[in-house]
Amino acid sequence: MEENKNYTVSIYSENNIGLLNRISAIFQRRHINIESINVSESEIEHVAKWTVVVSLNEKLLKKIIGQIEKQVEVIKAFYHKQDEIIYQESCLFKIKSDLLFEERQIQNIIKDSNANIVTVNKEFFVLEKSGRTEEIALLHRELKVFGIMQLTRSGRIAVTKDEMKISKRLAKISN
Amino acid sequence: MDINTVEEKHIIPTITERLSGSEALIKCLLAEDVNTIYGYPGGAIMPIYDKLHQYQDKIHHVLTRHEQGATHAAQGYARISGKVGVAMATSGPGATNLITGIADAQIDSTPLVCITGQVASHLLGSDAFQETDIVGISTPVTKWNHQITKASEIPEVLAKAFYIAKSGRPGPVLIDITKDAQFEEFDFYYKKCVGIRSYKPVPVAKDHSIKAAAKLINNAKKPFIVWGQGVILSEAEDIFKACIEKTGIPAAWTILGASALSTSHPLNVGMLGMHGNYAPNVLTNECDVLIAIGMRFDDRVTGDLNTYAKQAKVIHFEIDPAEIDKNVKTDIAVLGDAKTSLTKLLPKLKANNHSDWLQKFKDLYKIEYEKVIKNDIHPTKEGLSMGEVIQEINIQTQGNAAIVSDVGQHQMIACRYADFKQTKSNITSGGLGTMGFALPAAIGAKMAAPQRDVVAVIGDGGYQMTIQELGTVFQQNIDLKIVVLNNNFLGMVRQWQQLFFDKRYASTEMINPDFIAIARGYFINAQKVEDRKNLARAVKDMMTTKGPYVLEVCVEKEHNVFPMVPSGASVSDIRLQ
Repeated sequence: MEENKNYTVSIYSENNIGLLNRISAIFQRRHINIESINVSESEIEHVAKWTVVVSLNEKLLKKIIGQIEKQVEVIKAFYHKQDEIIYQESCLFKIKSDLLFEERQIQNIIKDSNANIVTVNKEFFVLEKSGRTEEIALLHRELKVFGIMQLTRSGRIAVTKDEMKISKRLAKISN
Repeated sequence: MDINTVEEKHIIPTITERLSGSEALIKCLLAEDVNTIYGYPGGAIMPIYDKLHQYQDKIHHVLTRHEQGATHAAQGYARISGKVGVAMATSGPGATNLITGIADAQIDSTPLVCITGQVASHLLGSDAFQETDIVGISTPVTKWNHQITKASEIPEVLAKAFYIAKSGRPGPVLIDITKDAQFEEFDFYYKKCVGIRSYKPVPVAKDHSIKAAAKLINNAKKPFIVWGQGVILSEAEDIFKACIEKTGIPAAWTILGASALSTSHPLNVGMLGMHGNYAPNVLTNECDVLIAIGMRFDDRVTGDLNTYAKQAKVIHFEIDPAEIDKNVKTDIAVLGDAKTSLTKLLPKLKANNHSDWLQKFKDLYKIEYEKVIKNDIHPTKEGLSMGEVIQEINIQTQGNAAIVSDVGQHQMIACRYADFKQTKSNITSGGLGTMGFALPAAIGAKMAAPQRDVVAVIGDGGYQMTIQELGTVFQQNIDLKIVVLNNNFLGMVRQWQQLFFDKRYASTEMINPDFIAIARGYFINAQKVEDRKNLARAVKDMMTTKGPYVLEVCVEKEHNVFPMVPSGASVSDIRLQ
């Protein structure tokens, strides 16, 4: 059995009600947890782009890509290894404002992490950090010790280093 | 009414007309040449039924006794005719009752369009009376589904539904229509769907893969063809036969592929899989080139994949790219419709004969005949066997009947021993193994092919799962022959309990009702046979009596189906006893 690795799946599809259910069912049926999922518009008008993160072995993932592409409203699906993509994730931390003054170290952590302060008021401040999974995890670990009021983290969004040939083909179809 | 003649060719309107959603739906069905629908009315679909009443001279609605029966009937209709079967139900329980048939159609690639009524759009999500999220529920078991909340969506969505159900690898589509959309009026205009940009139903076979396949086949010493329903769905029977006759390659079938080639053809070496024939299972692991055509290497066919045809190069002719390498790693994949691919392949094949190799199949058949078949179809000991009943049906119908079987021991026996002279003659629930399939599916089959003899072969367990459809048989006066093979057991489960659970017969014995009285309660002719000496006469009576007929045959209670590839074992470890 091949070992599980972290893969990013890109799906180009129509933007229709119910497709999310159809795609997630393909993973659910095989007892696979989706680590993150993001759907947005793509470079082509009226075509949705999905970014799905899963930990799987490649053999099984290939079969799953086949099942995804089989869906009537899916145009094309791909999978990428970590080194084939440029990706970002985003995270919001809500933290008590007092800590900024009581724990001087926090200011250094914020500075070193390249995180942005979105808002500050008397009670709390909100920190936004975008980056790779490990960078966000590091900041999380560092802030956790001081106490975090709220935390939320986005799914991964990714583009490939190589050209996405599908883009040109799709542009032709939609014109 | 002969359903194959459409009295009036429905002209696709070029100008719009002001119609309600319900009437528009009927017009869509007519434009798709639908003349038979199976269904069950209820609150949320009443506007459509009201219009069906108005159009009853053009569309025959068959009231089944349960919505599951409607889907199975539509499946039987589709499987024997190659057309799209249509089933209809109301919201809530009506819709959920369709699910078993839809799941069955999905796994067996049967084209269906199922139409469900839904609560009015302003009530969606309010837990209204008979509201259920049927689009959500049916998603994993449909090829496509869609909810319509505006009448103006009806023509385009219905056109897509029929196109998707029938094209490529066929499958079921469910369309859910809210009640307000059924009432709403709009300017109707119908245009058939000819393509969807995100959907490529039929990949085009590449010349280089056809060439590579031909080369491998031409150089093979012990080639072996395994075929499935793809041959039937693409109507490739003739070209398939031409290919095997030119090359002399022995060919075996999955149960859904059965009847694509006559069972008496010298190159037809029988059935694959768990209860298939001895030779094709054993020799799967001896062939040098395995040529799979329109089949998907189901686990019931392959047994243990780690020991399946490991010595062979594998060529896979397949329409669905997701099936390539799914279960068995292929050396050459030929994507495309079987008929198109085989048509390209035939001129590249060298004429050959593999008589020594074919002889091996014949030798193993002799062993199977002596150890299993002889006793199954010509038993000498007391107690009727299922095999001799099938044999008697073969004799009385000259192998021309379409056999609709249910699920279990009798199904395996029917598939193993039925003579099939023409294609689309074996209608059974293969992938899902749905008990209760046969009676309603046989109704649909007989209605789609009224000129054919249709014999439903059903066990006593499965029969009682959809026995209420005798009401449909009676009301529609369907000339259907129903053979109940009664062993007072859920036979296949009992067989497994005997072989693998030390004969602990947990909940498999059945105390059955008087099946003859039940049939007669529905005003259907019926006869019971308990002795061998009465069997031939009884089958003849059934086949020559006009109208529906139930023949109950009391068969040996603890008969086991052999050969058998135990679950998880290799196909070459098939047991003869």
